[in-house]
Formats: sequence, C-alpha cells, structure tokens
Amino acid sequence: MNGSTRVRRQLPSSPWLFAAPGLLVIGAFVLHPFVSTVVNAFTDRRTLVPGEFVGLDNFRELIHDDMFWIGLRNSTLYVVGVVPALVVLPLLLALLVQKNIPGITFFRSAFYTPVVASIVVVGLIWVWLLDERGLVNALLETVGVGRVGFLSDQWLLLLSAMTVTVWKGLGYYMIIYLAALANVPRELHEAAAVDGAGPVRRFLAVTVPAVRSTMVLVAALSSVAAFKVFSEVYLLAGPSGGPAGEDTTLVMLVQRTGTGLSGRVGYASAISVVVFVVTVALMLLVLRADRREES
Amino acid sequence: MSVLEKARPGAAPAPPAARRSRVSDEHGRRVRAWELALRYLLLLGVLALTVGPFLWQLSTSLKGPTEDIFSSPPTFLPGDPTLHNYERVAETIPVWDYALNSLKVAAANVVTNCVGSALAGYALARLRYRGRRAATLAFVLAMLVPVEGIIIAQFTTMRELGLNNTLVGVVLPGCISALNVLLMRNAFLNLPYEIEDAAFVDGANVWQRFWRIALPSVKGTLAVVAIFAFMGAWDDFLWPLIVLSDPSKFTLTIGLNYLHGTFANDERLVAAGTIIAVAPLIALFACLQRYFFRGVGEGAVKG
Repeated sequence: MNGSTRVRRQLPSSPWLFAAPGLLVIGAFVLHPFVSTVVNAFTDRRTLVPGEFVGLDNFRELIHDDMFWIGLRNSTLYVVGVVPALVVLPLLLALLVQKNIPGITFFRSAFYTPVVASIVVVGLIWVWLLDERGLVNALLETVGVGRVGFLSDQWLLLLSAMTVTVWKGLGYYMIIYLAALANVPRELHEAAAVDGAGPVRRFLAVTVPAVRSTMVLVAALSSVAAFKVFSEVYLLAGPSGGPAGEDTTLVMLVQRTGTGLSGRVGYASAISVVVFVVTVALMLLVLRADRREES
Repeated sequence: MSVLEKARPGAAPAPPAARRSRVSDEHGRRVRAWELALRYLLLLGVLALTVGPFLWQLSTSLKGPTEDIFSSPPTFLPGDPTLHNYERVAETIPVWDYALNSLKVAAANVVTNCVGSALAGYALARLRYRGRRAATLAFVLAMLVPVEGIIIAQFTTMRELGLNNTLVGVVLPGCISALNVLLMRNAFLNLPYEIEDAAFVDGANVWQRFWRIALPSVKGTLAVVAIFAFMGAWDDFLWPLIVLSDPSKFTLTIGLNYLHGTFANDERLVAAGTIIAVAPLIALFACLQRYFFRGVGEGAVKG
C-alpha cells in the first residue's frame, strides 16, 4: 500500500498536460456548444446575424408552428413504435444465439452486420427494397397481394423507417443482452426445470426477471435514440420529410431551420432545448418506472 | 461480403441428425435433434433477414444494363455478372475521392481518439492532482449531452473558427469522445499499482510509466476505442451533411446520398456505390470481430 502512494505523487504540471487535449476538445465542441444552444434559444440569432435577446419569443412561436407539432408527434410515435420492439426482439435473438452450437460465432457476427453498416448504406438499401418496384413489392406481387406504397404514404413511410431502425439496432442490443444472459445463474433454470416449468414458463419466470435491469437500460438507450431519430427518416422520406413534410422529425426540423446561410440559429436552438428536455424526461421516466416496479 | 466467405467454413450447417450425439450445450447435456433443427431453422431465417438485404444490393450492383432488375418474381442471381456499374459510379461521381476523404477522416479520428483518450483516461485514473474530480465530471457531463441537440451550435462554432467546409471541421467535434475517455479510465483503473510502483522505484517518470507500462496493458480497450472511432467517423451522416457544402470535400456517406438524389433512376449505380461504402467496414469487422466481441462483452460485464 505504501508503494502506491509513491506512484501517485506527481510533478505538479504533468497531470493537466495529460488531460488537456481531451478537456480542450470536449470543452470547445461539446460543453460550450451545449451552453450556447441554451443561450441561443432565447435570441433571434441567425447564421450571419449575431441576434439579440428575445426572451421566450422562440418558444411562443413554437407553440403556433404546425411543423413543430408534426415533428414532436413523429418523434414521439417513433419512441412508442420502436422501443417495445427493441426491448423484446434482441432478447429473443440473444437467447437464440446464446447456446454454443456449431457455427454460432458465424451467426452472431452475421446478425451484427447491420450495426456495422453505415446508416446511409442501410437507408439506401431499404429505399431500394421498399421502392414501388423494389424487392418487397415484387415479392408481394408474386404472392398476389399487389404493390404497396411504402415510401409514398405518410404513415407507411414512418412505419418503414421504424422497421429500418429496429432492423439496424437488433444486433447492437443483442450483444448487450448476451452479456447479461451470461450472468444469469444456471441453478435458477435448473431448479425451475426440476419443478416442471416448460421453456416459456422458464423464460418468463427466470430469464426475464434476471435480465430486467438490462431491459431497463435498453429501454432507456433506445427511447432516447428513437426520439432523436434523423437519418432513417431523412433517407427514406427525403430532406423535405415525405409527403407535405408530414414525416419530419424534431431533429430533421433542427437541421432544416438552423443550417445554411439563412439558418435561424435561435429558433433551431429552441427546438434543440425541447429535444434536451424530452430526452432527459424520458430517461427519468424509464428509471422511475423501474424503481417503482422494484419496490 | 468477405465476412460471409471467411466465416462459411466454420458454419458447417450439417444435418442435425448426423450430429445428434456430438452436440451438447454448455452444461454438457445433449441437445435433442429436433431442438437443434429448430434452432438452425430460426438462425437461417434471421440470417436471411439481416444479411439478405446486403446480398440483394450486391446482386443488383452486379446486374448489367440489359438485365431487368424490376422483374416479378425477382431474380436473385445476376444472369451475366459485370463490374461495369462500379466503373460507372466512378464516372458519375468522384467516388474514390469521397472514399479517400472518408478514410482520411476516419484515420484522423482513430489516431486522435486513441491518443487523446488514453492520455486523459490515464490522468483521470492514475494521477493525483487538485481538480481531478472536476475533470472527471466534465467528461461524464459531456457524455450525456446529445449530439443532435448541439449540432447547430457546433456549426456556428466551426464558422467562427473558419473551419466550415473542411475535413478538419468534420473531425474536430468527435476527435476525442468523452465516452472513449471514460472507457480508457476504467481500463486503467483495473490495472494493479504494483508494476508501476516498481518502475517508479527504478526512476521511471510519468511519461515512461504511461507509455511503457500502463498503455501496453490496456491494448484490448484501446482496440475497441479504435474500432468505435473508425466506424463512427466512417458512418457519420448528420454532422458532415451540416458542415460540408462543397461537393469536392464530401465524405462517402454524403456523396452517396447525393448520388441517390441525382441518379435515383439507376438503382444499379446506387447499389454499386453502397457496396463500395460498406465493404471496407465489413472487412474490418470480419478481421477484428473476435477482439470486438470480447472487448464489448468485457465492458458490458464490468459496467
């Protein structure tokens, strides 16, 4: 023990030299932009105009902005649609690839491929799959269902984007669940089996309670990510957000209003503040629900 | 698709019946034949869903101009495979320049993240000084800030620095990520002090202890940081979309989106472009996957 105190004794300046590059980068490009986003939200700043303090004007304007409500609706729907699927499906997938049977490493890595592929590639592949003349429609026509306008209908488009998000996220959350499943005591399963519980019963009575905290983590991560969705919808619906912009999400709105030479930085910052508040609220909600269930 | 090619021999989807007596689960119990068959059936089903779309894209990219890519029922195998579409992508957009831009950005991101987060992680985990807790807190807070929300302020910061529309501007905001710093910090925290103590007694200074002793012991985490940094930079879409406006500076993701917008009518071209973008990543992942799954697993268990 006395040895370790020796190592901890340092020259006065060197520790800061070690930490300086990191602190500089996150200070300049994360913490400072965060503070200025909050400050800008109360100004009428534009890309080329410094802007002045306008109090709550931006937020008052938001309330009367139809596009904002459309964005808020779509981002919220996204959470509702995507999160349950991302909590349940990767767990089932993890159970499927958990057992060490021949070739299982191949399947594990193959299921991870959509995570590795960049979102633009994924988006373009799915646009082609769901296109009016794409693979899915060709298959549907072959079996006699007829073609479906996945990318032209407002709601089907949103649903398609959600499918893409779930498809791309499966492998990522599967890995998280795999790590959690590895820590489930085997004795519990064996005891339940001795008591005559079938696989479904054992899943509900043993596996689910054992990985519950991981499910909460996945719910928290995926709901925050879903609320901030940008790329999937942008790529499937186009920059303008689908028919009449009805598929615009909040982050798409931030990108659209805040960039370019005439970008309304202040107004976009106000939308960003709403995004911060909702994501923090989502996290607290998930964690709170978890604590209540536990007690 | 090299991941498939390489992993195929290990897959050995032999008929379950023949393996009945061989296959056992992790407690050494025999797995029943019907259960095994069902498992492989499900695994193949999920495989088709996860990898199928990539194969369909690959197949589309290899189909010639005379071949009907809209046929119903669809044909998976190109009748007369050709690399013509890959040549045409390069004629339509400077796809290799875009790939080079992406590579520069990704390489820079790997170097800065590995060096920066190793240094900062070491300072947070191993060095004693006033303000260490404040420094740690700064990184934790930075990790919690959603990138999507601060992107406009990052954009104005870049404008003020005169770095808009440059690759440096693309790299800077993520060049040392707070998450990576904290990953490195955890890795250094888990090292025993004794070895460093011995080096200290031998007269090694901070830098020597960091470089010769601590850093080589956390190679696994460093590899994970490198992979995350590469994938993150190679895949990023929103930030380069905002910061880059000059088509000659585009990274591959932005360039592909542009390709899609301009030539949406020729799916073969878009397909060839996407294969160019995804192939290096799949190859990288195939080479490093063992490291990767181990590293991620360790992190998850410890966290």
